Amino acid sequence: MTAVLGGRPEGLTSLSLGDDEFDTRSRLVVVGNGMAGARFVEEVLERGGGEQFRITVFGDEPHGNYNRIMLSPVLAGESAEDEIVLNSHDWYADNGVDLRAGVRIARADTAAKVVYGSDGSVTPYDHLVLATGSYSFVPPMAGVRTEAGELLPGVYGFRTIDETRAMLDAVGRCRRAVVMGGGLLGLEAARALQGHGLQVDLVHAMPWLMNAQLDAEAGAILKKSVESLGIAVHLDVLATEVLGTDHVEGVVLKDGRRLDCDLLVVAAGVRPHTDVAVRSGLEVERAIVVDDQLRTDDPDVYAIGECAQHRGSVYGLVAPAWEHAKVLADVLTGTDPDAEYTGSRTATKLKVAGVDVATMGINTPERDDDEFLVISEPRRGVHLSVVIRDDTLIGATLLGDTRKVAYLTQAFDRGSPLPEERIRLLVDLSDGAEEVGVAEMPADSQVCNCNGVTKGAICGAVADGCGSVGAVMDRTRAGKGCGSCKSLVKQIVEWAADGEVTEDPSASWYVPGIPLGKPELMAAIRAQDLRSVSQVFAALAPGGKEDAKSKMGLTSLLKMVWGHDYLPEKDAEFINDRVHANIQRDGTFSVVPQMKGGVTTPAQLRRIADVAEKYEVPMVKVTGGQRIDLLGVRKEDLPAMWADLGMPSGYAYGKSMRTVKTCVGSDFCRFGLDDSTQLGIDLETRFQGIESPAKIKMAVVGCPRNCAEAYVKDVGVVAVGAGRWEVYVGGAAGASVRKGDLLATVDSTAAVLELTGRFLQYYRENANWLERTYDFVPRVGLEKIKQVLLEDGEGICADLDAGIQRSIDAYRDPWGQDLAEPATPGQFRPSLPLVDLPKVPVR
Amino acid sequence: MSLTTERLAPPAGVRAHTVGRVEDVPPGEGRTFVAGGAQIAVFRLRDGSLHATQASCPHAGGPLADGQTDPDVLVCPLHLYAYRWVDGVATSGSLAVRVYPVREVDGMLVVDA
Ligand code: SRM
Ligand SMILES: Cc1cc2nc3c(=O)[nH]c(=O)nc-3n(C[C@H](O)[C@H](O)[C@H](O)COP(=O)(O)OP(=O)(O)OC[C@H]3O[C@@H](n4cnc5c(N)ncnc54)[C@H](O)[C@@H]3O)c2cc1C
Ligand code: SF4
Ligand code: FES
Repeated sequence: MTAVLGGRPEGLTSLSLGDDEFDTRSRLVVVGNGMAGARFVEEVLERGGGEQFRITVFGDEPHGNYNRIMLSPVLAGESAEDEIVLNSHDWYADNGVDLRAGVRIARADTAAKVVYGSDGSVTPYDHLVLATGSYSFVPPMAGVRTEAGELLPGVYGFRTIDETRAMLDAVGRCRRAVVMGGGLLGLEAARALQGHGLQVDLVHAMPWLMNAQLDAEAGAILKKSVESLGIAVHLDVLATEVLGTDHVEGVVLKDGRRLDCDLLVVAAGVRPHTDVAVRSGLEVERAIVVDDQLRTDDPDVYAIGECAQHRGSVYGLVAPAWEHAKVLADVLTGTDPDAEYTGSRTATKLKVAGVDVATMGINTPERDDDEFLVISEPRRGVHLSVVIRDDTLIGATLLGDTRKVAYLTQAFDRGSPLPEERIRLLVDLSDGAEEVGVAEMPADSQVCNCNGVTKGAICGAVADGCGSVGAVMDRTRAGKGCGSCKSLVKQIVEWAADGEVTEDPSASWYVPGIPLGKPELMAAIRAQDLRSVSQVFAALAPGGKEDAKSKMGLTSLLKMVWGHDYLPEKDAEFINDRVHANIQRDGTFSVVPQMKGGVTTPAQLRRIADVAEKYEVPMVKVTGGQRIDLLGVRKEDLPAMWADLGMPSGYAYGKSMRTVKTCVGSDFCRFGLDDSTQLGIDLETRFQGIESPAKIKMAVVGCPRNCAEAYVKDVGVVAVGAGRWEVYVGGAAGASVRKGDLLATVDSTAAVLELTGRFLQYYRENANWLERTYDFVPRVGLEKIKQVLLEDGEGICADLDAGIQRSIDAYRDPWGQDLAEPATPGQFRPSLPLVDLPKVPVR
Repeated sequence: MSLTTERLAPPAGVRAHTVGRVEDVPPGEGRTFVAGGAQIAVFRLRDGSLHATQASCPHAGGPLADGQTDPDVLVCPLHLYAYRWVDGVATSGSLAVRVYPVREVDGMLVVDA
């Protein structure tokens, strides 16, 4: 707690140069060793000021100079303290600067030109620079201070490393926090505390968050994003009283509500430290008044950083403070005696509570002929706007998506010309590789990396008469790998066909061979009682014709619709499902036994080891799904191997529920809020092998540190304490990366299981074939999904619950089933023998 | 029936091989056999027709007998190239598999290779 950040091992002693009467250098004294003060000293030294000045720096804080901005990640546990040191005590000594750390200056006598320190020292100066920064403003509230005038224990400001340390020390003992203030600091504090597993209420006196930077609409979107982190936001309300005698117990809001807490962070704004200036008789308004050379009304006293008021503006950001430092260093060292500071155009780029925010200039139009362009996508948490006056950018606000910030900052700073189509300020009308424009792409540039298809090949297919995107994709295989190039393929086809593209009628079909969308197809299957894939083809395909590429999707659908009562046909299954293993590039297979929640036992490991040796498995690998993969297994060895393993299938091959990853949770982890491991095992047990339009992966974590990556799973469950769990859906970290959307926070593991089942069934019934939840959830929309699953908006919850239960009841371990007797003759015969097959007699 | 009858005589340099029984290949699926030293995949479609191709995929050696079928094409399990039964040419036009005549004789599968 008391370690000096950036201090020397020996302690606080700093090299005192004493008063050397032969030293002819003038005396430069800096009060405040924060971001402005220390930067100023650096700038002076850079200009050779070490020769001109004897520099003394007074710092109220005992530490070296550290990066205050980084206190947020330190509080969140994302940065270590020593990473944020900018200038250690040694740095000052090495540069001949006398650092008086831990010494507070009470006042200056501007006539005698000395400053008085809290340690009784009297230090003369020729030039005095005040860089005293700001302090956290604590609004008047009953009970917030003890009788001695200290903050009530449990109440913290958020400005210094010492406060940050104190909060970090407290979080382990606390469960509920209230953060007062919905600006940058409050939001950062709230997110950090929430990350420590505390339940957080954020109270903001204004009607929307970050009201200083954002307009109401953007503020509302930010509120949603913050709430989706699990932070409760209370707007437009003041806290009037702090409860608790020896320690904070809660706050009372003006509307009478009471919020219990054992930690209260006051981040309700900052006030410039002006006490030194006031006592020294300098002119102070909101802050210390300075001119364009940062000079106060005393010609030898200057002020920089947050404690300075220049042309009526007081800044709360570091960039202006650094500009002050530069200009003043130019002036004092004589490098540029006429240097002037004329004000900062504040363009800020911040990450607030995990959301990117960039603002510059004004955020709403002020005149009738100001142009104002807004793009608002509340569902994605994105809100972008620009204000243009006389063809110049005078303001921009980017929330949730700051890709255009560099470009806008340039336009804002330099007043550079703006595109005629204003929307191009905010979005790239095409992105990535497409930016170049498909017309300019060279013919040999590769479009589909998976299948090595060039632009030329796509154009060739169009020239050969492929009239639709689908036909081109079939012909060239472009877009048939990971699919990430599909939109580019589409653009090239459209360009090559000169607008003569025919709409793929099949685009809306569930599978290519049957001209029906998913709902109609399911209805027909039910109405006509079709229970096998060949029955479906006979009844619904044009001319009753089978289609190889439709079989897998139909099998999955029939299993979902009929459960037990589906009529299996092996040839309708993909090879993986036929042999319950994943085919490899050489025709061998991989075997992944079930290991629920990633938990195993020595006995299980021993068995796996024995089996791997017995069958000469070429590679044993721990998978990204928290289980063990035996790779390169011969097809004919599969049944015997399963028998020896005596473990159920892990379904690493199917379009089905795969794994549930877990972390160690409350059983072992010192941060664990709940038993994530058991819940993972329960989820995997309940939903094992459930087939679905695409694979489903889940994870359960014991706290928001998210060690098992629950935020990026199809279903991710996060313990938030007090028996509560957050359920996220639609996350991904594969070919696409997407953070899941918070579907609900529920009160019990039973509720997690129920909601997960309901979501799975809704997805199974409504997703397109091979559509992962990361596409499905945004396509349908989180609001809609919530309405259907949480409020039973369509009255189908009971059906969904019954539907998933039917599939759960139909589950049988495929390995246990097929090892006794093959499902079809030669189910496990090699298809490509690595050794020659026994020769059959020739007649 | 004898294989030496005029009608069924294979072209010169090609011999008829009995590779197995019809039931060895389940409906809609394929199985690999060796005929005259070559590995050959034999398929029995649900409409009763028989087809035979080289066993490994010309693309990257995938096991074609593990593929999926319909009356027009055979789809390789590895990268889903689709080969037409009529001439063995892939629908993407780039590659082709060798196709072999195959027929049923007294419940046995006979391939000319
Ligand atoms: C074995 C494993 C890699 C490993 O050594 O760790 C693996 C192996 C394969 N992955 Fe994976 N994935 C494995 C974990 C993952 C993960 C991580 C996870 O599950 O936490 C991901 C990202 C999460 C996700 O799915 O969103 C992942 C995203 C993919 C993708 C991209 C899917 C997407 O839509 O973004 C594919 C391609 C696909 O499915 O079309 C894929 C496809 C494959 C296939 C099945 C390719 C194929 O079709 O043959 C690989 C099989 C290799 C083989 O021969 O057996 N694998 N794959 C992992 C098995 C996990 C398990 O125990 O079940
Ligand atoms: C958690 C947090 C996150 C932030 N994030 C951002 C961000 O993302 N972007 C951004 O631009 N800005 C951010 N800021 C603001 C930024 O830190 C300040 O703008 C910057 O620190 C101002 O520098 P300063 O030197 O004026 O004040 P400070 O850095 O506060 O330095 C003032 C120093 O003077 C000392 N002092 C005061 N009075 C006396 C005295 N009488 N005698 C001796 N010493 C004294 C104080 O102890 C302090 O050490 C953040 C601030 C915090 C607290
Ligand atoms: S990332 Fe996955 S799909 Fe790609 S090579 Fe590795 S295992 Fe295979
Ligand atoms: S090996 Fe057959 S398609 Fe690639």
